[in-house]
Amino acid sequence: MRWDKAVTRSVEIQRLSKQYRLGRTQHHQMLRERLVEMIKRPFGGMKETESIWALRDVSFDADEGEVIGIVGRNGAGKSTLLKILSRITYPTSGEVKVNGRVASLLEVGTGFHEELTGRENIYLNGSILGMRKREVEERFDAIVNFSGVTQFIDTPIKHYSSGMRLRLGFAVAAHLEPDVLIVDEVLAVGDAGFQKKCIQAMEGLRNIGRTVLFVSHNLAAVENLCSRGIWIDSGKIQMDGGAKEVIMAYMGSFAGEQVSGSDLSETQNRSGNGAIRYTRLEYLSPDGTPCSIIRSGDALVLRFHYHSEKTVRDPSFGFRLFTEMGTLITETNHLLHGIHIPKVEPGDGNVELEIDSLNLVPGRYSLSLWIAGEGTVCDGDVRASLEVEIADVYGSGKMLDSRHGLVYFPQRWKV
Amino acid sequence: MIRELWAFRELVYFLAWRDVKVRYKQTVLGVLWAVIQPFFTMMLFTLLFGQLVKIPTDGIPGPIFYFSALVPWIYFSSTVTNAGMSLLANSGLLTKIYFPRIILPAAAALSNLVDFLISSVFLVGFIFYYEVPLGWNLLLWPVLVVLLILLALSLGTFFAALNVKYRDIKYALPFFIQLLLFATPIIYPASMIPERFQWLVALNPLSGLIEMFRYVVVPNRSVDWNILGISVAIIGVLFIAAVAYFKSTEKAMADLV
Repeated sequence: MRWDKAVTRSVEIQRLSKQYRLGRTQHHQMLRERLVEMIKRPFGGMKETESIWALRDVSFDADEGEVIGIVGRNGAGKSTLLKILSRITYPTSGEVKVNGRVASLLEVGTGFHEELTGRENIYLNGSILGMRKREVEERFDAIVNFSGVTQFIDTPIKHYSSGMRLRLGFAVAAHLEPDVLIVDEVLAVGDAGFQKKCIQAMEGLRNIGRTVLFVSHNLAAVENLCSRGIWIDSGKIQMDGGAKEVIMAYMGSFAGEQVSGSDLSETQNRSGNGAIRYTRLEYLSPDGTPCSIIRSGDALVLRFHYHSEKTVRDPSFGFRLFTEMGTLITETNHLLHGIHIPKVEPGDGNVELEIDSLNLVPGRYSLSLWIAGEGTVCDGDVRASLEVEIADVYGSGKMLDSRHGLVYFPQRWKV
Repeated sequence: MIRELWAFRELVYFLAWRDVKVRYKQTVLGVLWAVIQPFFTMMLFTLLFGQLVKIPTDGIPGPIFYFSALVPWIYFSSTVTNAGMSLLANSGLLTKIYFPRIILPAAAALSNLVDFLISSVFLVGFIFYYEVPLGWNLLLWPVLVVLLILLALSLGTFFAALNVKYRDIKYALPFFIQLLLFATPIIYPASMIPERFQWLVALNPLSGLIEMFRYVVVPNRSVDWNILGISVAIIGVLFIAAVAYFKSTEKAMADLV
């Protein structure tokens, strides 16, 4: 019961707004231009620039020990909010009060230097994150153990793999012991093992009563970790409440949207001779309606639109599905199914792939599409992404996330 | 602000330490680089201006005349450049973590001090080699070093703040430094300047400082307390103005960089 004990406020935010001037961020001003401007119009002010409100009248409090998940689409203002709380950028109006020692983790391994060794980078990064030298010394062994790079601790990190760098950076951050921790999307990077460590570290903080504000697209992680959710849309708080309710409402907001695929006609860095090119990938429900939110276990139709410049004989279509870290999950194409297409005519056309049950755990995946024909690659390395959202796949109320692997089987236990 | 800087003092140290480590890590000659630059410049100046053009050196042995001015000049020019670029060079830190932004130019000033001290040791070597007797004026040396750091830091922080806002500063900066090399008595003594322009020497705080760096190492020169006083006053005003300007732009830095 909240009212019968004295609760300490960790974070207090009052009518917070942040305005960005578009002109200023899009190109860097030259002193020369400014001087010319001043000579031309000595009594005029600065040139009027368009502005946008990244945040508008946002107010909420966080109590000590609360773990709050902040969800919302790209550009909704989540990162701006975290940056203001971290004192990196300042609000245009409104007030922010944060009590206690704040640590913000907007990136893993901020300030790492390639030429320095793992040991040196631990000291540097620790100091950048606000640790005293003495504190780093005390926790040094624990940090190294946690990172799992003990063998290479005196090697310059330019020889580290990206995974090792990530683990080392997170190991330092995990030993910060702040009163308030602010975390942005660190779960988007790293393999399942890394994500598991991240979530455990945050659970650890929650269990000792620290406040955590946490932005993630991994809705399952938000749901498992957070007691409370805040949904931000277009710079305003759309909903503030229990994590589960907020996530359900947020996911519901995707329904009825027309955008449900990706335009591939402008995709860069593709290979192939260009005789046939993918133009668009659509995600459809089995009944043919566009589906903008794809959940674990959904039946899904992928419709691949292409444009052919000329008649191409013996074409084949296929794609590979990868995790964000580049692990191949599956590959499929016509030939594996024993299907032979004699030719495609010049012009537009499409092929479809029906998937009975998309048994991937929630997360962001990437597709690499290709078309071959007449013994050569026509279109290759065409990148598209696939976001899979959480669903109650076993009907148990328990949600799967990346800690549970990459895929799950449609299955039943007999006891 | 001062209390906050005190709380972040270790970060200044670690950033300076990073710069020094990285600077010497990849080079074969390592720390010797700190001496090579002033040493060869001194050799060139002695040959070119001393032997060929025959610019007077106020009765001081040529190598000491040039080296004693080049050591503070190189500290000054590299600190103004590095500090002036420090915010842009560390934009990754600026947009991801909070700390008083002035720490970045301050760390640049601190890391260059390592080079300065190493080449100062060499200067002492020259003094012994030329058997220049030591005088009491040498006691002023630490005061001059503090003034030099403050002056370099003033211009460095000012340019750093300006650099975030206006992107043509980074092109103007090397040009400004080059002009200053000739506007300051480094390859010539201030005494060469005609009497009626001497006040210009006093107005350029770097001139007074460099002259003083030169004369504390040779004995029997009387210290021009007027010039020192004017330099202290100008440096004080510059420092306060630069820090105030830096502070006024600090809040918008992460949005602009």
